[in-house]
Amino acid sequence: MAAAQDPPVIGPGHTYASVTDKISSIILTRKTPRGWYIGFGISFLLFMMFNYAVTYLLVKGVGIWGINIPVAWGFAIINFVWWIGIGHAGTLISAILLLLKQSWRTSINRFAEAMTLFAVACAGVFPLLHMGRPWLFYWLIPYPNTMFLWPQFRSPLVWDVFAVSTYATVSLLFWFVGLIPDLATMRDRARNRFVKVVYGFLAMGWRGSAVHWSRFETASLLLAGLATPLVVSVHTVVSFDFAIAIVPGWHTTIFPPYFVAGAIYSGFAMVLTLAIPMRKFYHLEDLITMRHLDNMAKVMLATGLIVAYGYVTETFMSFYSGNTFEKYMTVNRWVGPYAFFYWCLIACNIAIPQMLWSKKVRSNVGLLFVLAIVINIGMWLERFVIVVTSLHRDFMPSAWGLYIPTRWDWAVFVGTIGFFLMLFFLFIRFLPAISIFELRTLVESEEAKPAS
Amino acid sequence: MAQIFHRSTNTIARVSIYGAALIAGSLVYFLYMFAGSPYVTDVNVAKVQPVPFSHKHHAGELGIDCRYCHTSVEISSDAGIPPTQTCMTCHSQIWTGSPMLEPVRASYRDDQSIPWVRVNQVPDYVYFNHSIHINKGIGCTTCHGPVGDMPLTWQANTLQMGWCLDCHRAPEKFVRPRDQVFSVTYRPPPNQAELGPKLVKEYKIQSLTNCTTCHR
Repeated sequence: MAAAQDPPVIGPGHTYASVTDKISSIILTRKTPRGWYIGFGISFLLFMMFNYAVTYLLVKGVGIWGINIPVAWGFAIINFVWWIGIGHAGTLISAILLLLKQSWRTSINRFAEAMTLFAVACAGVFPLLHMGRPWLFYWLIPYPNTMFLWPQFRSPLVWDVFAVSTYATVSLLFWFVGLIPDLATMRDRARNRFVKVVYGFLAMGWRGSAVHWSRFETASLLLAGLATPLVVSVHTVVSFDFAIAIVPGWHTTIFPPYFVAGAIYSGFAMVLTLAIPMRKFYHLEDLITMRHLDNMAKVMLATGLIVAYGYVTETFMSFYSGNTFEKYMTVNRWVGPYAFFYWCLIACNIAIPQMLWSKKVRSNVGLLFVLAIVINIGMWLERFVIVVTSLHRDFMPSAWGLYIPTRWDWAVFVGTIGFFLMLFFLFIRFLPAISIFELRTLVESEEAKPAS
Repeated sequence: MAQIFHRSTNTIARVSIYGAALIAGSLVYFLYMFAGSPYVTDVNVAKVQPVPFSHKHHAGELGIDCRYCHTSVEISSDAGIPPTQTCMTCHSQIWTGSPMLEPVRASYRDDQSIPWVRVNQVPDYVYFNHSIHINKGIGCTTCHGPVGDMPLTWQANTLQMGWCLDCHRAPEKFVRPRDQVFSVTYRPPPNQAELGPKLVKEYKIQSLTNCTTCHR
């Protein structure tokens, strides 16, 4: 129940028609803002850079990256985990908040789920590219082959194949099924014949009849039920990439919950990073209200505290274990060659986000945007610290070394950011970024309230 | 509101969804079959040789031992293709004017190797050693097929990894007594299920299925 001083979940004075008009007009009638062209242009250029970097990688091989012995896993795994983690927030908002009947999720779930899909797409390129022979990626799939061989089912890298492809499939299905009523709205409102046919084709004959709605509700609940365990399981399997290994700093049972919390943390930060400019440039402040930003900030704070607990546990266990290698791993993080990144990580993920305790901070949109970016950087640094500090100095001092990323590492990484943004810009241009039919249910509940 | 699509779209949608699933499944099946087909593996495809050498005549009817020509099979990884000299040990005296054997005589005259076309070959990333197989009781015809009945030479088995693993995972099904290794008429006896394990133990055969056994 919303208290009197909580900001409203939807701006006052909205009706069914005004909500539908506002969101569909972004695509169908309003002129595309110039900022969209600039944003799309820049991200498209970054995507072209990505293509160039990937082509060069396929021609020359992974030696163009900074990986070597001892750090044989570098940016590829860091970026893979970062992107997959970001995706988890969308599924949580779509599925878990649906099952928990949190109606405030309705204005953010569509673009958050789209963000998940694009993040999973960006993540998915890295396991393919980091292979020595990427064209043999299909050997990871258990298909009937002339070698009479199965993939190594004991390896978390094979589990990843199943986890990530399940996640991508279920997310895509859930997102698309949820879009169907809105695509039908677009089809009905479009005036251009070609546009009508395209949306009509995608809307798959949706009539809005009672039978359709009844089946739709069932399908949504089923898909939400399928997607909910994925929020926990996918990043758990990704954390097993590290936890199953024997390397100090990786072989710890705190990793599954710590990774899942971190995923939701970075995911909500990315949702905020996307939501704040979008609501500003498209004047959606009455649909994505301060209440949404407040709730998302609170989720970030909560998951940030779980992540902080994870760090404390890691440090405690490395000394409590009494194991020389474990203890050194922690000391190396504090004062070794990568200490700067470790302390930046602590600042970005633990120290700075404590500002979110203050209601004033949570109500300051600009500050929230900056904090969201800081948290995203912090979560990237966390994966960097986990991968690089543990690999570069493990059991045998004669095998110690340094990892220095090359320009091709950066090119592929920044390129995927461009790919992600490009897809997102296309999404907000051609598809309703806010779930129209779900938002209409909020209008009714607000209209029924005595005070706004 | 007017309908955008004709009624038939309903049927087309259903047919195309089920059809797509069926086609995808058939495609996977077809690709699997294709990868094992003679077009890809050359099984039972008699290749055209410079001289139409008949193993049926020489090894089957005349009873010449495999080792007379393939001399290094017991001591080397490679069984060896005979030099023209080996052919001339007989054909300097019999069929000396035969037109079919002219390329052999020309090769001997001009000191040029006969350009035989390779029938049985494994890829370069596979390490295969003939001698260990011979010495452990695997017969020539087990892998190379009924060579004593081949008027022209063809590859009798796919030589794909899965086929090798069939024996490596269960050598007792294919092992034969060492003195029968070079017999072209040997058939596995009815009691192979008892004889096999006995021979495996006697010859100390290990089921080597580690990757590095062949991929060195």
